Amino acid sequence: MAESMTWSQWLFDLPLALVLLWLAWRLLSSTDLFKAVVLFIAFGLLMALAWVRLHAVDIALAEAAIGAGVTGALFLSALKRMNSEQQKLDDGENDDERRDV
Amino acid sequence: MRPFPAKLIIILLLMALTGLFAWAILSLPLNGTSLRTQVFANIGHSGVSNPVTAVLLNFRGYDTLLEITVLFLAVLGVWSLGTIHIPDLLQPAGLFLMALLRILLPAMMLTAGYLLWAGAHAPGGAFQAGAVLGGAGILLLLTEVRFASTIDWWPLRTLLSAGILVFSGVGLGSMALGGRLLEYPRDWAGILILIIESAATLSIGVTLMVLFVGGKPSKADGTVSMKSTGQREDKT
Repeated sequence: MAESMTWSQWLFDLPLALVLLWLAWRLLSSTDLFKAVVLFIAFGLLMALAWVRLHAVDIALAEAAIGAGVTGALFLSALKRMNSEQQKLDDGENDDERRDV
Repeated sequence: MRPFPAKLIIILLLMALTGLFAWAILSLPLNGTSLRTQVFANIGHSGVSNPVTAVLLNFRGYDTLLEITVLFLAVLGVWSLGTIHIPDLLQPAGLFLMALLRILLPAMMLTAGYLLWAGAHAPGGAFQAGAVLGGAGILLLLTEVRFASTIDWWPLRTLLSAGILVFSGVGLGSMALGGRLLEYPRDWAGILILIIESAATLSIGVTLMVLFVGGKPSKADGTVSMKSTGQREDKT
């Protein structure tokens, strides 16, 4: 496969791979959880594109639907619940270590 | 922050793991695709013409059966966390979301059906169709209150387990007919795979939806009352 790749394919694949690595680093190092989830969804969509480039359309479909869509929604709802539990904890105990939510 | 030695050990372990992965990839044979020829040699007997579906549903059907079982176990795990009163989970849907849903939902249903049907000869199949169905269900959960509160207990459980029941039923049926486990009769393979995939699609869709709820849905209105969103009910 490698010898048949043209420069235009490289022009597409190389930035895609670099952006994927960059997104992965950003989402793992982000301290803002909401931002991390949004980056994760973006990562999933671009990863689906990468699967298409690897001629794995089945996996691309699953990645876009489950990796980006359903998992993203799950993370967002988990985040919402975490925040509301945290708020309850803060309201109830009045600790000195408060967290803005 | 962790103390310094612990951090160092974690970093070293991670580096070792990365090295192991790199070694595993480098030690793969470049043209180790002997299975490819086997799959394409036998694809005529599998009942489908898409090699991925042939492997997933026929040649390695046992693995797929186990995968569906894992999804089912995930639901049991989430349900053991506690009960959730679905109407509490919902927020009033905006006009825009409702209008979008009217267009999106039929399209998603159609896409799921197409992916299921196309799986026999093109990329697609039960997992992809189920994922789209699950996405549609999650959208519905986010918007339509009346739908969610009318989910009945037994239909929900039937749908959740349909994939495993049909899959293992066909597998055992092929044993009863004199074959081995999951060895479909050759002439029936195509239709049997479609039946299994249909049941699995429904199960996967409902499973993803139920996982999104994040707890065991309470049976009907009034059995459990909770004050705020997503609060767990303490089991006593």
